[in-house]
Amino acid sequence: MITDSLVLSALLFVIGTLGVLIRRNAIIMFLCIELMLNAVNLTFVALSRLVGIDGQLFVFFVMTVAAAEAAVGLAIIISIFRHYETVDVQSFNLLKW
Amino acid sequence: MPLDFTTNLDYVWALLPEIVLCAWAMVVLVAGVWGSGDERGREAPGPDDGQRSWDLGWLSLAGVALAAVANGWLHGVQEVGPGRMIGVDGLRLFANWIFLITAAIAVLISLGYVYRQRLQSGEYYGLLLLATAGMMFMAGARDLIVVFLGLEVMSIAVYALSAFNRRDRRSAEAGLKYFLLGAFSTGFFLYGIALVYGATGSTHLPDIMTSVSNGSSGSTLLLFGVGLLSVGFAFKVSAVPFHMWTPDVYEGAPTPVTAFMSAGVKAAAFVTFFRVFLVSFQDVYTIWYPVMWWLAAITMIFANLIALVQTSVKRMLAYSSVAHAGYILVGLTASSEAAVGAALFYLLVYAVMNLGAFAIVIAVGNQGEEHGEIADYAGLGRTRPVLALFLTLFLLSLAGFPGTGGFMAKFQLLLGAMDAGLWRLSVILVLTTVVSYAYYLRLAWYAWMREPANGDRAALTGVPLPMRLALAAGAAVVLWLGVFPSATLDFARASAVGLVQLGGAVGAVP
Repeated sequence: MITDSLVLSALLFVIGTLGVLIRRNAIIMFLCIELMLNAVNLTFVALSRLVGIDGQLFVFFVMTVAAAEAAVGLAIIISIFRHYETVDVQSFNLLKW
Repeated sequence: MPLDFTTNLDYVWALLPEIVLCAWAMVVLVAGVWGSGDERGREAPGPDDGQRSWDLGWLSLAGVALAAVANGWLHGVQEVGPGRMIGVDGLRLFANWIFLITAAIAVLISLGYVYRQRLQSGEYYGLLLLATAGMMFMAGARDLIVVFLGLEVMSIAVYALSAFNRRDRRSAEAGLKYFLLGAFSTGFFLYGIALVYGATGSTHLPDIMTSVSNGSSGSTLLLFGVGLLSVGFAFKVSAVPFHMWTPDVYEGAPTPVTAFMSAGVKAAAFVTFFRVFLVSFQDVYTIWYPVMWWLAAITMIFANLIALVQTSVKRMLAYSSVAHAGYILVGLTASSEAAVGAALFYLLVYAVMNLGAFAIVIAVGNQGEEHGEIADYAGLGRTRPVLALFLTLFLLSLAGFPGTGGFMAKFQLLLGAMDAGLWRLSVILVLTTVVSYAYYLRLAWYAWMREPANGDRAALTGVPLPMRLALAAGAAVVLWLGVFPSATLDFARASAVGLVQLGGAVGAVP
């Protein structure tokens, strides 16, 4: 049971990581990061059944922080869209992506 | 005054500097909005906008000073009972001084820039103070939850700061890059925390240590957790091969933000790196020690070689900051009291001298982003001799020239490393330092020995008063720590005591 959950969350985490590395659309990259964070949440909840309540507590903090991060991140993506009319990171070459 | 952590009220006292900074950030934010009218739509600054921008800058400096008073008061308290979430120990107080000095100098060098670039000053200074508070939470944390919260308070504020100049597309790009890669690294960091939590059953650092020494040290979960935590920290301190965001973000972000980031964020990440790895994972030292060894070696070699071929001053300083991360990692690899104390001292000196070097970049850039190439510094010694003098001092300190704080810090670090038996790493440190002389002195050579390009140096505007204050204070600190380092060094060493019980490196070089 615990192994299944851990393997599932590890898979989700890897999918998120690969998404950030492969996809070039800023919004999709950002969503893949959210997927990574939620994979970690799943790990926390699964482990929490085994070792205590702290893990579930941690999940609430992660969710709150992820929401704050989304607010700032989307604002930054909007501000770059105003300059370039695109969110494809390959078209930003001032700083050699 | 004793602080008893069984009563919740004493947590308020223990967190006084952080609380003061957070509250003051709110004051600055409100003061920024108060009576500002419809500033955003206006292209040119109005008659009173400039004055408000300066007032807010001095106001936030007052907040930093208040937090410094609170931090000084914390020196006199004793801890009673278990501080579960936050510690009142030497490491936290020393780290807080680094952050407060960084914030103060960053505010001083921002004043002219924020005014000239017409940035929204209330938000700018508010975010600066909040980022500083996040650093302080992170460095004082005794629980991985607080480490994570502090890391994010700091990072989110700095993401916003690096994208702050909305008229400049390079700033927006730097913000996006920093945000995506920073959040990406947070994912690794968090997964590491989750796995460590699963292996040890706790997020409290001393409890993790107990659990690790009681035999869970061999478990796969713990090893993966420690590995992922190292990746997360390596991103934040920008060690090679996790440094790829550093040059781009440092170049694109507004220069005062770059200065603040390179000094403060790095110091916060390193102090927490030390605390987590030396407190919790000292019993698996033999496992992470080779990783740190290689990380330090690759970072020093690679960053110094790449810095040699840079043409932009900000990019060169970015690679120099990566190289300094490598030097400080030597302290973690040695993980003896002397080496960690020297690394903490190094962080303080590095923060001041790096802020000073970036202050010159701002001054030469006319409180903006002009004259960014190394060639633009030609003839600075003739046209602006005082600026060139300060530039030379900070560059010499960064390079580690005797008589400056940079030399003393590097020398102590070298002693600590050799004491711990890290001979090959010490040799790499010395050799890469010699290489680094080439690019630091090249900039100084341009400033003193080259003729000005085509007389456009006359376009250089005057240096505002707060910038002069920051330069003078930075130079004084760098020289003082170079000539009379013993008091500060003792403080740094005392902070490292108790953190490290290993007593020097074990085993040979991998």
